[in-house]
Amino acid sequence: MLSRASLGAATAMALLFTGSALAETITIATVNNGDMIRMQGYTDDFTAKTGHTVEWVTLEENVLRQRVTTDITTKGGQFDIMTIGMYETPIWGANGWLIPLDDLSAEYDVDDILPAMRGGLSHDGTLYAAPFYGESSMVMYRTDLMAAAGLEMPDAPTWEFIAEAARAMTDRENDINGVCLRGKAGWGEGGAFITVTANSFGARWFDEDWNAQFDQPEWAEALNFFVGLMADAGPPGYSTNGFNENLSLFQQGKCGMWIDATVAASFVTNPNDSTVADKVGFALAPDTGLGKRSNWLWAWALAIPAGTQKEAAAKEFIEWATSKEYIELVAKNEGWANVPPGARTSLYENPEYQKVPFAQMTLDSINAADPTNPTVKPVPYVGIQFVAIPEFAGIATEVSQEFSAAYAGQQTVEEALEKAQALTNDAMEAAGYR
Amino acid sequence: MARAVTTRRKVITTAAAWAIGLLIFFPIYWTILTSFKTEAQAINDPPLFFAFNWTLENYAIVQERSDYMRFLWNSVILAGGSTVLGILVAVPAAWSMAFVPSKRTKDILLWMLSTKMLPAVGVLYPISLLFVQFNLLDTRIGLVMVLMLINLPIIVWMLYTYFKEIPGEILEAARMDGATLKEEILYILTPMAVPGIASTILLNFILAWNEAFWTLNLTAAQSAPLTAFIASYSSPEGLFFAKLSAASTMAIAPILILGWFSQKQLVRGLTFGAVK
Amino acid sequence: MATQHSRSAARLMMAPAVVLLLGWMLVPLTMTLFFSFKKYLPLRGDSLERGLDWVGFANYVRFIGSSSFWPSVQATLIIVGGVLVITVVLGVLLAILLDQPFWGQGIVRILVIAPFFVMPTVSALVWKNMFMDPVNGILAHLWRFFGAEPVSWLSDASVQSIIMIVSWQWLPFATLILLTAVQSLDSEQLEAAEMDGASPLMRFWHIILPHLSRAITIVILIQTIFLLSIFAEIFVTTGGSFGTRTLTYLIFQRVVDSQNIGLGSAGGVYAIILANIVAIFLMRIVGKNLDR
Repeated sequence: MLSRASLGAATAMALLFTGSALAETITIATVNNGDMIRMQGYTDDFTAKTGHTVEWVTLEENVLRQRVTTDITTKGGQFDIMTIGMYETPIWGANGWLIPLDDLSAEYDVDDILPAMRGGLSHDGTLYAAPFYGESSMVMYRTDLMAAAGLEMPDAPTWEFIAEAARAMTDRENDINGVCLRGKAGWGEGGAFITVTANSFGARWFDEDWNAQFDQPEWAEALNFFVGLMADAGPPGYSTNGFNENLSLFQQGKCGMWIDATVAASFVTNPNDSTVADKVGFALAPDTGLGKRSNWLWAWALAIPAGTQKEAAAKEFIEWATSKEYIELVAKNEGWANVPPGARTSLYENPEYQKVPFAQMTLDSINAADPTNPTVKPVPYVGIQFVAIPEFAGIATEVSQEFSAAYAGQQTVEEALEKAQALTNDAMEAAGYR
Repeated sequence: MARAVTTRRKVITTAAAWAIGLLIFFPIYWTILTSFKTEAQAINDPPLFFAFNWTLENYAIVQERSDYMRFLWNSVILAGGSTVLGILVAVPAAWSMAFVPSKRTKDILLWMLSTKMLPAVGVLYPISLLFVQFNLLDTRIGLVMVLMLINLPIIVWMLYTYFKEIPGEILEAARMDGATLKEEILYILTPMAVPGIASTILLNFILAWNEAFWTLNLTAAQSAPLTAFIASYSSPEGLFFAKLSAASTMAIAPILILGWFSQKQLVRGLTFGAVK
Repeated sequence: MATQHSRSAARLMMAPAVVLLLGWMLVPLTMTLFFSFKKYLPLRGDSLERGLDWVGFANYVRFIGSSSFWPSVQATLIIVGGVLVITVVLGVLLAILLDQPFWGQGIVRILVIAPFFVMPTVSALVWKNMFMDPVNGILAHLWRFFGAEPVSWLSDASVQSIIMIVSWQWLPFATLILLTAVQSLDSEQLEAAEMDGASPLMRFWHIILPHLSRAITIVILIQTIFLLSIFAEIFVTTGGSFGTRTLTYLIFQRVVDSQNIGLGSAGGVYAIILANIVAIFLMRIVGKNLDR
């Protein structure tokens, strides 16, 4: 311990003369997604530029959320930077737990951040987290299977078309499922997917007085549609499939269509991992003609918890990791298809990036999402696949568990909705909304 | 066993025992095997048993992503430290319970066990707040204390049952010869109880090594052990069976090897006073 | 036998362990009790420094009034009971088998106890992905090989799957303890019974099983304490869906997902009560075995 500490001090001293400011070691909690893992690989570039070193705490999404939430609410102060999402940022920002990112350097060009992302990561107009990458959701489909079924995917399909195509493409003998969708419990997994689907069917979580709306016909229609579609054209055991399970299935050529995060486009078109890399087409997430598409908006972003001793170094890191230079660095080494997408306008104006097959569709999907106006009917909340109130994660996890049980055939759709209605109202009562 | 055993019977027993043994061990075997496959081979249907190109690629990837040795070292310190500390506290307690029993001894033992009944997650906030208060977050000493306290009841109980098996007359004889309490424990009791203490140490080392709630929630970068290492491999993107297998193998290998070498000790020692 | 001197020495030696455990029990327990009577929603800005509102028994009423409460108690008892039955029954049979002379005894014993060394998180991950995955899992391959439709284990047989994973982890522990007990069995007594023409089943029922009763008691007692708080196995595999939400998991959801510390603390108090009911129940049934 002692020798390591003194060694560290020696390194810091050495860097003091090379670097511009005092060299520090910052601790960053992050999620184990591919883009974040890639960022860790480039840490040396950051250290070379600033002299600061980085300690990574990489955790699986659920564990990360649990860890950082406990840390921020108990003022644990273990991290100088936390990787959080669009759900947490405005809530934490409102509580004064995050350091405002309102004094970023001119070179960083904060106005270049996509307006949708900037809006979702702000509270009262102040940016509290910088997007590392952003996503919406869209349809990814197998061009060969679609052609074989004698159909053509429109750029903006309806759910009706998706259902027809899915049933036509399904070939159980050969292990091909028409459509793979999330059914896994968890508010960020199947909960997110069914919420956006319901949005496109005209449903909403709450009415203007915060009454749960699961007893309304739109929810029943959306859920019955989903269950019927998956029974006919979905993979076996879809009630436990989340993003990752579906990604595996699609990469192995077992799905005709997959409606999920736009970031998945770079994984399914990567020939190293995907057996169908050259046969993937893209389209906007489907709708039912009511005016809302079933696509969400999300960003994984970097935020600095208030109370850190290393604010300056943490800001330097955020400026490095979410900068235009970082994108170029990745592009130079791994190709444009592998850069973190969905965060900056300039990326989509770059002619090199426009050649990437999914670039335009990703941007269109992100632009089609409007967190401040997510549903057909008016709602008192902000957020598309989530409701930006602290109680939502707990409620939606339980609701999605009831839904998953319905997907697995352990209860009917009506029973699931009934329980969802009761538990949501109960939790909202406990929180003092009703 | 003094009984004569026919060869036929021995053959049948051998076959049955090996079949069951291999069946129980199969998940671990399969994990280790998969860690040497490519991702595509890992999900091949039919499953590949031997005929594939063995590769160390997954280990290289895992090592590149996370500094294995640091996690391993923390695991060793946490498990070792908490066990040593636990033994130091438990030996005197178990000694006095075994040799100077009172009416309440049994109650105290059961009470100690009952401290394990509060679910960890129920006290997540209390413990976290205390750790923040005393600046113990992400320190090894804080976690060593927690792990020691979690396992202390088991340590005390195991030692108590071993000590009880030591005949009291020996101690009395030593006392007659003028041995002090300290000498009694150091030179007479301890040597006789070595097998028991050894298996207690083993069991607690294993329990502390595998503890995955507090070691995840109270650590960050400095003191995170292998349970945190594995928490970054549970659901990455795309195919991951081979990488998961490599990370799993790395996480369990040290304790598995330790367990195998001390298997005899464990079999002999893990009685909890169950024999008599 | 014991002198006054050694009695006070004994108390002194017991003190560190007792004081430490008392602190470890009382401090968090007091805080949990305190929180359970408070409105404590950290994401709404509640914190100790700002002071928490007293809400009486509201959290207790709400926790037990939730539609998830009784199913979670039921799930807890089914999972604990299921694992106990499997590990004890298979443990006894396995212990008797391993006690027989056969070739490679040492190696087979190693194979059998190996699962005990595996971290719960790792074993849950391995079972969930590499075995129970309905598409790529090895069980799915096996089912397809025999022409059957693969089973979605973690949704269609969720509770059974969890019982199976946990049993796999705890079977070695039961086997080890029972094996030491079997080894201490008086073989002459068995031989005599065999001479008298007692069938293997009768020998098992009348000689071996009574001899093992104390060991079985220990296995049940120790395992129950650990099983009541299993968490990683559920967190990794089903996340509490499909009827696998145990009381511990329900508390987790209240504390971590909902960030309602008061409600979760009330749940923690219920969990202690449940654990103690189970413990008293166990003591009644098996307690006399411990005293022997």
